[in-house]
Amino acid sequence: MTSLRILGIDDELGMRAGIERALESFVVDITDVGEQVDFVIELAETGEEAVKLITENPPDILLLDYKLPGINGLEVLDQTAEKTADMLTIMITAYASIETAIAATKHGAYDFLPKPFTPADLKHTVRKAATRIILARKARELEADKKRVRFEFIRVLGHELKAPLSSISSYLYIFKDHVMGEEMVAYDEMTERCFIRLEQMRKLIVDLLDMTRLESGEKNRTLVDIDMKQASEDSVELVREEAEGRGIKINLHCGDVTMVGDRMEVDMILNNLISNSVKYNHDEGTVDIAVNRLNDMVVVSVADTGVGMTEEERGKLFGEFVRIRNEKTREILGSGLGLSILKRLAELYGGVIEVESEPDKGSTFTVKLKDAEKKADCDE
Amino acid sequence: MNQKNILIVDDDPDFLLQMEIILQTGGYKVAKACCRKDAEKMLSLDKPDGIIVDLMMEETDDGFTLCYKSKKLYPDVPIILVTGVANDTGIEFEAATEEERSWIKADLLLAKPVRSEQILGELQKLLKD
Repeated sequence: MTSLRILGIDDELGMRAGIERALESFVVDITDVGEQVDFVIELAETGEEAVKLITENPPDILLLDYKLPGINGLEVLDQTAEKTADMLTIMITAYASIETAIAATKHGAYDFLPKPFTPADLKHTVRKAATRIILARKARELEADKKRVRFEFIRVLGHELKAPLSSISSYLYIFKDHVMGEEMVAYDEMTERCFIRLEQMRKLIVDLLDMTRLESGEKNRTLVDIDMKQASEDSVELVREEAEGRGIKINLHCGDVTMVGDRMEVDMILNNLISNSVKYNHDEGTVDIAVNRLNDMVVVSVADTGVGMTEEERGKLFGEFVRIRNEKTREILGSGLGLSILKRLAELYGGVIEVESEPDKGSTFTVKLKDAEKKADCDE
Repeated sequence: MNQKNILIVDDDPDFLLQMEIILQTGGYKVAKACCRKDAEKMLSLDKPDGIIVDLMMEETDDGFTLCYKSKKLYPDVPIILVTGVANDTGIEFEAATEEERSWIKADLLLAKPVRSEQILGELQKLLKD
């Protein structure tokens, strides 16, 4: 429940009492954002009092009588204009004419309530104002949130891109200073490490481009019937060399499953899942890939016998640049973007990604995907 | 001549390798730890002659924490705190004044990348007595 402050200014006691009665237990439901609003009401009699109260502490909504004994409503608005950027003013007047309405609006009034009005009229006007205030606040919060996320992303990205650079430049300084003497062979291990860090950087940039493509929307999607068996086999092929080198056995269980999707996106999903299952596996481990159709979903599940993770680590898993860092994963290269890309892709296909895992036993990632709707074809 | 023992602490395997190579050519014996916990374990078993530690490891302030704990255990063992952060964030601090040394429990702060002559020179200064 959010409380908005209303300040009612009217020289007639009956009006002030009426405002209080109508609004004191009034609750507005703003269903769009799932918020309820109630009101705290303050009342005053004169324009001078109004100026003082507004200057001290501007209300959210000002119910302002046009005709007041001292300075009138418009003057109140003029004298408080600087203080009240976020305040909505509802002008109350008995002289309901287009001219007063225009004058009031020019002086910063948001809405207009002609006398005499019923409690229902008042509530209707206040509901409108409250909805506007809450929606504007939500929009601002959302904007700030987006900015913050964006900023954080760029900050971490900068850091992740700089880390391999600074590492490589440190190696180059060692080369330059001939720290290990004049024999080239003494530098072999360091040269190898430079290549590994460059590869890490390349991977990060590739992932980043994938992600940007996803964020830019669905413009370039080409939706086709994808033979999931073929696609899975292709993905397995990409990691076969690494897997064989480390004695990891990959089993693919996939019948005749087809799904509608963009081949590049589906490849990204399969590649991410399968390369992770090898990367985070123990040597001599096993990877089991199963692809099945279950009603309207294609379910891809990839189980490894690798390092696994704790429940706490699992909770952090899908954030950007989150890499589960512990002694078991320290030597494994990753951009920290793969799973967050996977999650976005799964959502793009109206699906989900789930993970079960146990430390040192292994992890099973399951992605459920719906067929993409081939509406893009008719758009042309 | 007695070889001096230096403990290097960083979660970046490349920094560990680089420092190891540089220090070994400078005639030091090197022990490596890849996280604060390991470093603490090693410190509890053995007193090194000097420590080189990275500021940011698993936690952003692991370096500070380790400095603090190490100084409590061995007040006389000099610590060089290394960071790649200073450039990124514009955070500027040096362990140059008494006041800074009173909260940063390190004897010297160096920014990455660290050159071999620089680190060997600084170590020599810190270890001369």
